[in-house]
Amino acid sequence: MTDDIIERIKQNVIQGRMDKEDEGFDGGMVGQPGVKELVRQALDDGMNPGLIVIEGLTDAMKIVGEKFETKEYFIPDMLASAETVGVAMDILAPHLAKSGVATKGKVLMATVKGDLHDIGKNIVSIILKGAGYEVKDLGADVAPEQIVVMVREEKPDLLGLSALLTTTMVAMKETIDSLSEAGLRDKVKVIIGGAPTSAEFAAEIGADGYSADAFHAVRVVEELQRESRGGL
Amino acid sequence: MPREGVLVHRIYERLNRNQMERIHGASMEILRHPGIICYNREAADIFSGYGAEVTADPSARCWQVCIPEALVLRALETTPKVVKLGARREENSLILDGSEPRVYFASGSETNVWLDMRVETFVSKADHGVEVELATFHPRRGMLADLCTAAHLGEHLDNLDGFIRPVNIQDEDITEENKDVNKFFACLNNMTKHVMAGLTSLNRLDEVIRMAEIIAGGEEELRRNPIISFITCVFKSPLQLVNDTTQKCIEIVRRGMPLVISASPQGGSTAPIKEDGMVAQINAEILCGIALSQLINPGAPVIYGSVPTRAGLDDLADSYGVPEFNHYNVDCVQMARFYGLPCYSTAGVADVKVPGIQATVEKLFSHIVIALSGAQYIHYAFGLLDKTATFCPVQAVLDDAHIGWVKSLLRAPKVDESEVSTSLEQIRQVMATSQKLFVRYIRPKLRSGEVTLPYAFEGDKTRDEVFIRAHERMQELLQRPVEHIPPEISERIFREVPGILPRLNIYREGWCD
Repeated sequence: MTDDIIERIKQNVIQGRMDKEDEGFDGGMVGQPGVKELVRQALDDGMNPGLIVIEGLTDAMKIVGEKFETKEYFIPDMLASAETVGVAMDILAPHLAKSGVATKGKVLMATVKGDLHDIGKNIVSIILKGAGYEVKDLGADVAPEQIVVMVREEKPDLLGLSALLTTTMVAMKETIDSLSEAGLRDKVKVIIGGAPTSAEFAAEIGADGYSADAFHAVRVVEELQRESRGGL
Repeated sequence: MPREGVLVHRIYERLNRNQMERIHGASMEILRHPGIICYNREAADIFSGYGAEVTADPSARCWQVCIPEALVLRALETTPKVVKLGARREENSLILDGSEPRVYFASGSETNVWLDMRVETFVSKADHGVEVELATFHPRRGMLADLCTAAHLGEHLDNLDGFIRPVNIQDEDITEENKDVNKFFACLNNMTKHVMAGLTSLNRLDEVIRMAEIIAGGEEELRRNPIISFITCVFKSPLQLVNDTTQKCIEIVRRGMPLVISASPQGGSTAPIKEDGMVAQINAEILCGIALSQLINPGAPVIYGSVPTRAGLDDLADSYGVPEFNHYNVDCVQMARFYGLPCYSTAGVADVKVPGIQATVEKLFSHIVIALSGAQYIHYAFGLLDKTATFCPVQAVLDDAHIGWVKSLLRAPKVDESEVSTSLEQIRQVMATSQKLFVRYIRPKLRSGEVTLPYAFEGDKTRDEVFIRAHERMQELLQRPVEHIPPEISERIFREVPGILPRLNIYREGWCD
């Protein structure tokens, strides 16, 4: 029974089926429980939330990653699967906390001041959440001083900054400078991304990392996490 | 069920009704005066017997034939408006319907040069540590084994609907007398799609048909499912009915096999450069050939074959990559439709000798435009370079992918009450979320084929690896098996059809793969 429901969660994550309204790949799955319903049912059945995460969600995302590598899956597939994991993690979070299981880390995400283009930031948020991080999205056009307040309050492990315009990418430096002025710069790793940015620009403004796309972001975040742990 | 091809939702037309009528009128004028020069006695006699004014010119061993409009119109009445091109695997059949703009893509032509591709590593002169892998192209003489390879590849190209031998077989033991049986067998034994070709020697026509009958399951079955068809370019432009190809046309028509009657004038040298003059002339040439076919065998399945080109300004050779080529060809598709006849048209030839940016531009230009015009059978669409003098299999793989995109481009829009209501619901659902992303709705459309997949030969985006990827794809396709003619049928063909080279017998040792 346990194996059966874990397997069903896994299959639904692979298919990116959020809930019973989701038609699935071939349009014939409406009415069948999706990830939301299955995770709730698993908890109702008394299943260990850590087991759901490891054997249901993480294993499924591994398969999704493999399918992406072999070009059987495309970005929309990865995103849909990651989105289901994100929703499953929302449901599981209080139960995981009770069992003393921590998330992989906390990430604050923001599109910087003056920029309303938040698609990239939203996609990175979905993917990071799907990878097991706790993500708090501060939205678009977020001023440096607001970010400073939120970093102080939320104490994230990482801060992700996004900009689409050459005119707004300068706000990334302002944000990093504001963190330094507030004495918070060494408390949080800063990763940047967005069309006009680059690894060189990241180094120039004093960011800790740069990501070219959403999937690369997961790798960069993981590396920075490893570095932080190694430094402790 | 025949192959689907692509049904063009809204066709692209250049000529309005009035202009088509003018072109028709001009073609009729041309056939009446100056008329055509006929080098085939039998054809001259046939035309004469049906009311054409025929004047012998003994010094030139030809006849001046002036054809009245009534003769052409009567012939058009019996010309089939729908022609079936069958296939060894019948689901690969093609239905060419003159009233329906369903487009099929086919290969061609009989090139002498086969272009191999190799991947070589080059080292930067400025920095010996920098290496780059590049494609290099190597021409050589086309052989029988290459034709087998081309058919094998064509079988696995998703968007290749019909096969015309793309390479001339120039082996030392191939002669004018055994070429036809070998080229048809090499094609038929390596693919289950429709096979079309010109005839090298009229003497071999009955043997080729016999081969097709054995494969199809008898004479009646071949009539029902014509797995092969023929092409005859009866005219040497301007307006000269050639003895040899006209005789082939007469005999093929008598046997009731599907036949493309084509003409290929060159705007600027063998036809006027002006669009109206060129189209009026080629239309007159094709209609003359079609009329001859119907006088011989009313109802014979013939196809309006238009291959107009434009003179190259630097060498007066055929030019396929220029806009005027597309003008001429679109007009011809329209004229075929004007008569309700299916059209064998032309697209996808590059003037340049090697694959590259120029080849892609020239090919895509006509692939898109001629497909949009709704031509039923587009030949020359795969792998042709150097103005049809070279066939490159890697280029054919590239063309297949590009034609796949052209087919996607031509898909009809789905806009009705149900679709719009689904979209409205989707927009409402997404607007209620924090992310406001429609990405998850891509998935079902991707799986149903309504969303086009990424470019098949994309590299890591930092450099162009198209040729290397296409080469890998070609090798992968050639690793896939093909459904050969079964052993008992193959054995019967080798027994009953003389001239097929033993190395084509895959059931014996030392066969040509």
